[in-house]
Amino acid sequence: MSGARPRLAVWKFASCDGCQLSLLDCEDELLAVAGKLDIANFPEASSAVSEGPYDLSLVEGSITTPHDAERIQAVRRQSRVLVTIGACATAGGIQALRNFADVDDFLRAVYATPAYISTLATSTAIGDHVAVDYELRGCPINKAQLLDVIGAFLAGRRPRVSSASVCTECKRRGTVCVMVAHGAACLGPVTHAGCGALCPAYDRPCYGCFGPKELANAAALAAHAEGALGADRATMTRAFHTFNAWAEPFRSLSRHGEPPPEPGHD
Amino acid sequence: MLDPSAYELGVTDLDRLLALLADDGYNCLGPTVRDGAIVYAAIASTADLPRGWTDEQAPGHYRLRRRGDDALFGYNVGPQAWKQFLFPPRERVWQMSIDGQAFVPAPDVDAATRHAFIGVRACELAAIGVQDRVFGGRPFHDDAYLARRAGAFVVAVNCVEAGGTCFCADMGTGPAVEAGHDIALTEVLGGDAHRFLALAGSERGAALLERLGCGPAAADLASRAAAGIEHARTSMGRRLDTAGLPALLARSLDSPHWETVAERCLACANCTAVCPTCFCSSVEDTADLDGGLATRWRQWDSCFNPGFSYLHGGEVRRSTAARYRQWLTHKLGTWHDQFGSSGCVGCGRCISWCPVGIDITAEATGLRERDAHKAERPAAAART
Ligand code: SF4
Ligand code: SF4
Ligand code: SF4
Ligand code: SF4
Repeated sequence: MSGARPRLAVWKFASCDGCQLSLLDCEDELLAVAGKLDIANFPEASSAVSEGPYDLSLVEGSITTPHDAERIQAVRRQSRVLVTIGACATAGGIQALRNFADVDDFLRAVYATPAYISTLATSTAIGDHVAVDYELRGCPINKAQLLDVIGAFLAGRRPRVSSASVCTECKRRGTVCVMVAHGAACLGPVTHAGCGALCPAYDRPCYGCFGPKELANAAALAAHAEGALGADRATMTRAFHTFNAWAEPFRSLSRHGEPPPEPGHD
Repeated sequence: MLDPSAYELGVTDLDRLLALLADDGYNCLGPTVRDGAIVYAAIASTADLPRGWTDEQAPGHYRLRRRGDDALFGYNVGPQAWKQFLFPPRERVWQMSIDGQAFVPAPDVDAATRHAFIGVRACELAAIGVQDRVFGGRPFHDDAYLARRAGAFVVAVNCVEAGGTCFCADMGTGPAVEAGHDIALTEVLGGDAHRFLALAGSERGAALLERLGCGPAAADLASRAAAGIEHARTSMGRRLDTAGLPALLARSLDSPHWETVAERCLACANCTAVCPTCFCSSVEDTADLDGGLATRWRQWDSCFNPGFSYLHGGEVRRSTAARYRQWLTHKLGTWHDQFGSSGCVGCGRCISWCPVGIDITAEATGLRERDAHKAERPAAAART
């Protein structure tokens, strides 16, 4: 990185743009980012796109088409450091719900001429296709964490992103536990930190936006919710069947109580 | 010699006591109702206390319930401990600029803020005592903790009822307030009277009670207070047999019991966050994007969190069984070697606030049963 500023690229795959918008949403800090990095390829922010290679690539979105499966290989080849941002890129996203069903059924139901659609049967994480240097979780990501990841890249240090449970953040901010005090089935104990335990602070159980934490004992949480808390099985299955449904162990719990899927549908 | 006088206070006297503390520059903190639980927050008068509320507690379960009376302290401990004020969840340790010219050693502690803790229970006093030894009793002192601690004024309350997850009687920490307080109150309701027995526990507590100028306690007040404490002692929601516990745990490291806990445990760290003696923290450094300003923070961490046992090359405790074993064996066993007491004061928070209701007393009992079974088995085998 001697002399010239490191070159940044931001890539979009199947996604809603929310995570890359977090970068634009940084406002004040964005100027500092622009001062430190050469924003070489960020179509969402500027139409001036310059050729690779890039020092840092931020990749949003999942792989859902044959074309994208090839494009991510090209992105990897041009990127010194590749960081995936958001639940789509790190776990397949909400669109990975297709993985639990037959994508042809969707095509027939949605499109007048399904033959024009070229798609894969699954939505998968970037890490299932290429080597990823760092994964930043969340649906959407936390912009402070994104800035920290960029700062860490610039300084050559480890990102300061906790891999603890949401409960750890919940207790640090002094929130009364909605599970213990109100009987709500909260995914906080099995979910990766990052949001600052936002939902419990507003009296809502955690929805699992940051995906399963390490050693996530989701089965035990579901068993407790269905037993002591009286939640029904369908509710618990749905709870895991969201933005990170394709990440284990949420994936298994997404099928909780259903017969195993037919071969060929994964 | 401490003034042994027993005073009798009414609710309005308690309000005057709070006002005197505020006049003396204390920030009064006490139990309040928020979001369906009793939590500690700033209080101005007894109107802010959870009048007429009690708490129903069981493993993984906590609900506020109405009492049939106007008791101000008719509940046990909630999810929060006083440690949040003495050892804050996150604090700035220091901050500096990268060129070294503007070194600003500015911890978050405002040493000028003195807190008065109102309604501290016996188990909580014992827990503060444990943390005093952790942060101040060894060669390396935590000066910020000690500054906050030295400034704190403690108005303790004797428990006259025990909660569903309490076991202080077995830990020798309660329910009677014995040491470490400035003033100890016992609430006594009966007939039309709402009275408090007040005793000083320190010189400054004695001085404050004298300024308050209340009369001596009537004879029946002291005896009814003592009966209330005895009632709490005999109605503990949980029991823990502590006999030989450190040795039992030391020989149970390979017990299959740890795996049975790990099947239920979420490794979520709630138990350590609510425990009033757990003191683990991690530090992290933040810097702005141009690296001009670097700040070091300290925040609560836990032996249940990934990365907490990270040494060069990896984590020491990778499984939930290993993490739960670390927590329980430290709390009830090796804590004795390290700090000269148990790390558990029997407050029951980890039981109530475990989202899946894992009960430290039940797990210790389970380990004891397996240990006894193991000791019996060779004999049984010899007979057959
Ligand atoms: S509210 Fe949810 S995230 Fe917070 S401590 Fe309880 S279970 Fe954990
Ligand atoms: S014992 Fe309970 S509170 Fe503690 S880590 Fe396990 S599940 Fe969480
Ligand atoms: S281990 Fe549990 S019961 Fe013992 S002091 Fe800690 S929170 Fe209270
Ligand atoms: S553990 Fe003992 S001192 Fe603590 S709240 Fe319960 S009865 Fe009171």
